[in-house]
Amino acid sequence: MKDVISIKDFDKDEIEQVLQNAGIMEGFIHGTDILRGKILATLFFEPSTRTRLSFESAMKRLGGKVIGFSESGSTSVAKGETLQDTVKITEQYSDIIVIRHPQDGSARLAADAASVPVINAGDGANQHPTQTLLDLYTIKKELKRIDGLKIGLMGDLKYGRTVHSFASALSWYDVSLQLLSPLGLEMLEYIKENLSEKSIPFEEIQEIEDIDVDVLYVTRIQKERFPDVEEYEKVKGSYRITLESLDYIKKAIIMHPLPRVDEIAPEIDKTPNAIYFSQARNGVPVRMALLASLLGWEQ
Amino acid sequence: MKKELKVTAIRNGTVIDHITPGKAFEVARILGLEDFSAVVSLAMNVSSGKSGRKDIIKIENRELSKEEVDRISLVAPHATVNIIKEYEVIDKKHVEIPDEIVDILSCSNVNCITQFEPVKTKFLLENSNPLRIRCYYCERVLTEEDIKREITE
Repeated sequence: MKDVISIKDFDKDEIEQVLQNAGIMEGFIHGTDILRGKILATLFFEPSTRTRLSFESAMKRLGGKVIGFSESGSTSVAKGETLQDTVKITEQYSDIIVIRHPQDGSARLAADAASVPVINAGDGANQHPTQTLLDLYTIKKELKRIDGLKIGLMGDLKYGRTVHSFASALSWYDVSLQLLSPLGLEMLEYIKENLSEKSIPFEEIQEIEDIDVDVLYVTRIQKERFPDVEEYEKVKGSYRITLESLDYIKKAIIMHPLPRVDEIAPEIDKTPNAIYFSQARNGVPVRMALLASLLGWEQ
Repeated sequence: MKKELKVTAIRNGTVIDHITPGKAFEVARILGLEDFSAVVSLAMNVSSGKSGRKDIIKIENRELSKEEVDRISLVAPHATVNIIKEYEVIDKKHVEIPDEIVDILSCSNVNCITQFEPVKTKFLLENSNPLRIRCYYCERVLTEEDIKREITE
């Protein structure tokens, strides 16, 4: 694989290889020189502090160096340069590129223009494959397996980029899904069709009381998706994880791609269910694994 | 069919028949016929027993390849392509939706990178029945309804 653009480009073996390599990278988390002499260019056309810092941390832990920008205002893009030209210039200075860009499909275009590997760190509302890989890695690290698990996806399942990619990747595994979303924000039809085609059992529910899972993946419900404030407030209240919700969630691990607003109450943070902060930390070994293997490292 | 060919028969070339009525100009645009030096005739809203009305395009002295003609499949899914030699139909094929659809449709996603950068649109065929194509760049899935809307616009 030359680039990492979409989770759809991965089959199960390729996903498993990344997860395995990420496990190996845990051993190098305090530093190695695997990528000494290599330079990562981070092209962040829109701000994303956590993803950028996570990639920078990963590259530096591998012994490489990082150049780049974190907003496009001060670059040639502001002068009207095309994305393809920006990428072709950047690859003259670097060995690998990580791109975040507000337009859907930008990462694919960048990868086609570049001869060096390109990693997508979020292209508009489309894909954020390294997030999905770190989500899968987190489940495997916490529960030692993915096959055989009951996984709940909760929140805005219609517009949420993260849950779309996550559901698509999970369809390679022997899992069953519960899809918990407010009316009007249900999972997209074509994703449900894809689940059916791959014989993944799924159930759509509306109440937290009906949850019965090993993993609960929570995402944000955005205010602007609702026609009126009243409707939003109603939904927001019933889609909030509190200590009382643990009666239904029981021992399930609670994940969240972050940032959260108020869909998970802070008192949950101290419970053993909450793993969303270590989930964010897992971004580092997963991104180390991707950077290293795209630059030719083999176990 | 036979009668149709007799009226405006061409000696050698390609006849694209059973084009969805009203779509001949669109088909000509997709095939880039305005750049052809060959004689091209268009007939629109011709009576047809099979589909009521149809458009026809006749291109003299030029045999279009299957790949070229398949490009029109989204606009004219029922079209047939007849290769003519010495007034005889020597080959007849139905158009098929190709695996890659390049530079024919624009993407219905207003935030797709193809709306901002100088790049040809490209879609990959996901399913032919029901028709579903996916933007190579932004991964938006277009259904038959979406495609019809894009073509009409």
